[in-house]
Amino acid sequence: MSLLNKYKVLIDTANASGISDLQMAEQDGVLQIRGTAPNADVKNKLWDIYNQIDPNFLSGDVVMNVDVSTAVAGTQARVITENSNLNVRKGPGTDQPIVGKAAKNEIITLISRANSQWWLVRTKDGEEGYCYAQYLEPIG
Amino acid sequence: MSLKKVLSMFLVAGVVTFGTISCKSKISDADLKTKVETAVSASPAVLVDVKDGVVTLTGTVGSEDERMALESSAKAADTKGVKSVVNNITVKAPIEINTNDADLTAKIVDATKDFPTVKATVVGGVITVTGTLEQARVMVLKQSLDALNPKKVDMSALVVK
Repeated sequence: MSLLNKYKVLIDTANASGISDLQMAEQDGVLQIRGTAPNADVKNKLWDIYNQIDPNFLSGDVVMNVDVSTAVAGTQARVITENSNLNVRKGPGTDQPIVGKAAKNEIITLISRANSQWWLVRTKDGEEGYCYAQYLEPIG
Repeated sequence: MSLKKVLSMFLVAGVVTFGTISCKSKISDADLKTKVETAVSASPAVLVDVKDGVVTLTGTVGSEDERMALESSAKAADTKGVKSVVNNITVKAPIEINTNDADLTAKIVDATKDFPTVKATVVGGVITVTGTLEQARVMVLKQSLDALNPKKVDMSALVVK
């Protein structure tokens, strides 16, 4: 079964979700998906569909990197760690010293994006530092 | 009206009709549009517009080769009817894939920091994940690794608890 058939629901949903700069192409047996979703709900929905089609992502035939467009400097984001606090670091890297913590579900402010992995943020206590982007869900 | 007159009228009418048709060998814009659309139908994202025999192509394609091939196909659709082709097709930026193993390896350190029971290695842009992980966290791990734009993420050897 071709990837386009296997992931038809995912592709159709992505096409219908108002994702700007949506790119989808099969390369070397992997369906590559890139784009910027209008909000976190759209991104989460796409991941749920992907997980339904390929439980636990065992096939490894999709790489989906969908960002959220509301993740822009000056806006707020929620800390979505599993249980623990989110480390706020001096620089963009896990080798950097920890300068503060943000609690799960805490709302922090995005100051600027250091790179695809790290955001410079300000916590509600006014601490500034770098947090891993994966654990920040933009609000709105 | 004499028979001769009627015949000559038919003759005149015939000449006029014939003459009009031969002048009208020029294909209409609408027909030309249909022809060109058929010629470029392999690329559904490309739109065709025709005005006075001038064909305009718009849309996005994956490569410059495809863009030029579509222009040729549009011209070839009706070599007489197509006066010229305005190629307004844009080439979409190729999908970003990171195949730099050193760069990916460095980024994986951060991406898997909160997954101590998991090991991820990179060869040729393919991330291979081993170890064990609870079900609830598999998606977060996959999102974290996909965000690095690898060629592939192979989690088939990961034991999900």
